[in-house]
Amino acid sequence: MLKFIRNILARFDKTSGPGVLAVFYYVDAAAEAIQGLKQQGYKDLTVFSAVPHHSIEEILDHRASPVRYFTLFGGILGCLSGYAFTVWTSLDWELPLAGKPVVSIPPYTVIMFELTILFGALFTLLGLVLTARLPHLGSHRVYDPRFSGDRVGVFVRCEKGKSVRLEEFLKQVGAEEVRFEGGV
Amino acid sequence: MAEESLTYQRIDQDVLKTLERPGKKYFILLGGVLAVFLVGLAAFINQVRMGLGMAGYTHPVMWAVYITDFVFWVGIAHCGTLISAILFLFRARFRRAVYRTSEAMTVFAVMTAGLFPLIHLGRIWNFYWLFPYPNQRQLWVNFKSPLIWDVFAVSTYFTVSATFFIVGLIPDIAVARDHAKNRFRKTLYTILSLGWRGTDQEWRHYYKAYLFFAALATPLVLSVHSVVSWDFAVSIVPGWHTTIFAPYFVAGAIFSGVGMVITLLIPLRKAFHLEKYITVEYHLDRLAKLVLLTSGIVTYAYGCEFFLSWYSGNPIEKEAFFNRAFGDFWWATWIMITCNCFIPPLLFIKKVRHNIKALFIISIFVNIGMWFERFVIIVISLSHEYIPYAWGSYKISPTEIAITAGSFAWFFLWFLLFVKLLPSVSMTEMKELVKPPKRMGQS
Repeated sequence: MLKFIRNILARFDKTSGPGVLAVFYYVDAAAEAIQGLKQQGYKDLTVFSAVPHHSIEEILDHRASPVRYFTLFGGILGCLSGYAFTVWTSLDWELPLAGKPVVSIPPYTVIMFELTILFGALFTLLGLVLTARLPHLGSHRVYDPRFSGDRVGVFVRCEKGKSVRLEEFLKQVGAEEVRFEGGV
Repeated sequence: MAEESLTYQRIDQDVLKTLERPGKKYFILLGGVLAVFLVGLAAFINQVRMGLGMAGYTHPVMWAVYITDFVFWVGIAHCGTLISAILFLFRARFRRAVYRTSEAMTVFAVMTAGLFPLIHLGRIWNFYWLFPYPNQRQLWVNFKSPLIWDVFAVSTYFTVSATFFIVGLIPDIAVARDHAKNRFRKTLYTILSLGWRGTDQEWRHYYKAYLFFAALATPLVLSVHSVVSWDFAVSIVPGWHTTIFAPYFVAGAIFSGVGMVITLLIPLRKAFHLEKYITVEYHLDRLAKLVLLTSGIVTYAYGCEFFLSWYSGNPIEKEAFFNRAFGDFWWATWIMITCNCFIPPLLFIKKVRHNIKALFIISIFVNIGMWFERFVIIVISLSHEYIPYAWGSYKISPTEIAITAGSFAWFFLWFLLFVKLLPSVSMTEMKELVKPPKRMGQS
């Protein structure tokens, strides 16, 4: 069963192989390799690094992350929930207090504010988990522990027969190690 | 700052070294802290058995040390979010080396603060009455009450700051996972890192989410202590009923929080040899300047309170503040003024600011002063309200002392576990300060 789930997830994962993984020490060499690969028409690229590098980000030219929509939705939902809940509970059991109206909006704004922040944060977390596909299950994915240290990794998805030219190119631009990853 | 001499590898080595098996001193310290915590726990269990009389509550002072502790710990929490969220948005460079410690402090301080409303309840088994939930009598909590605002404010603050803290840790835990040799740690870090690999897609979403967490946490820094201050300001007790309370409490919270960050950072950098990362001339100097700034605001607020009580011409207000300075608890007020107004300005002198021992001692005074500030506001105001024949006094009970000491132990217990299990300096953020290795013009 677990294997079946892993295989399904692997279909949606760009790093489940097969493909070529190159390990770089120099960031500018990795950037040059990515630039070259893009020019050659490779689209299934994945870059691994300990910190994001602006030079690489510029070349990859990703669209803005959709996490922001989750935050916006969460914030609006929180604010409306805060309003609806306080008003509804006040009307559910009418209890006039201190001569104030049963539904008193000014004190309820505190609850609305708190729930805006709370839901905004929780939906941001949900957005991160869904868009970054965390947590990653299974060990079939391409990775090298050096990527969390000082090395940059570039993974290109391709079939075994087409990998030779690619490996040569990556070595030529300065990869200190190039290997073929078979995937699932 | 010494970042010129740092490399990615060096940062990993130095920070991961802090996670190595601790020595004898650590276990002795941990044992001591645990013992104090157990004393506090025993006092609390005894109080639950015997009732709140053990806390010395008596008319007219029915809010005392526990509420003082609650406000103190919520205040301590604030600085962490200030450093991790507000200074992140302002791109303050000095926050990078110190934000993890202060963020951890925030989470543990809120965990400590959250205990006190429960301890203060007496019948702790009814704690869930604080939350709105459907019940047989169809009664709901009173959303017009600041005490309910507080429940929402503190629980939101804890959830958001804990999420922010844990999310910030993910890339660093992945580094620890990749270097872990011990099986327990490997499993722990594998689970906590959520399989993080640092791909371009992960970073893209991660940084956007982190930015939004910071943006959402920023208003919380200002709002949570404002809400706590309204617990007092919305009532009509002389000395509490004032509009200055929200900004006054927020400034005080940041003041005490920075004090506690300095108290924690100085031994931490010494014990783990992190002098290269947390420098006196750069990081501690800026934190000391924050202490100076907030001490100035707090001093101004004290002055305002006393001036307005005199200028208002209201005899009740005048009496309340005269009693603060010269009544039964004059000593508490003068400890507060000495620690918060007279001692911190020593930091104007650069030599004092750059003297580790002096800075550490001043930070302890700030902590003491801010605890007494809350004691002064709560206990003295309640003991001396409107009608003279209802005036009273208050004596701190041994139970309160034991539980307060236990709360400090509880806080330090979490902190000690944190420094040995998780990276106390952000490797990722430190690496961002270092020039990456390049063929052209080397790292």
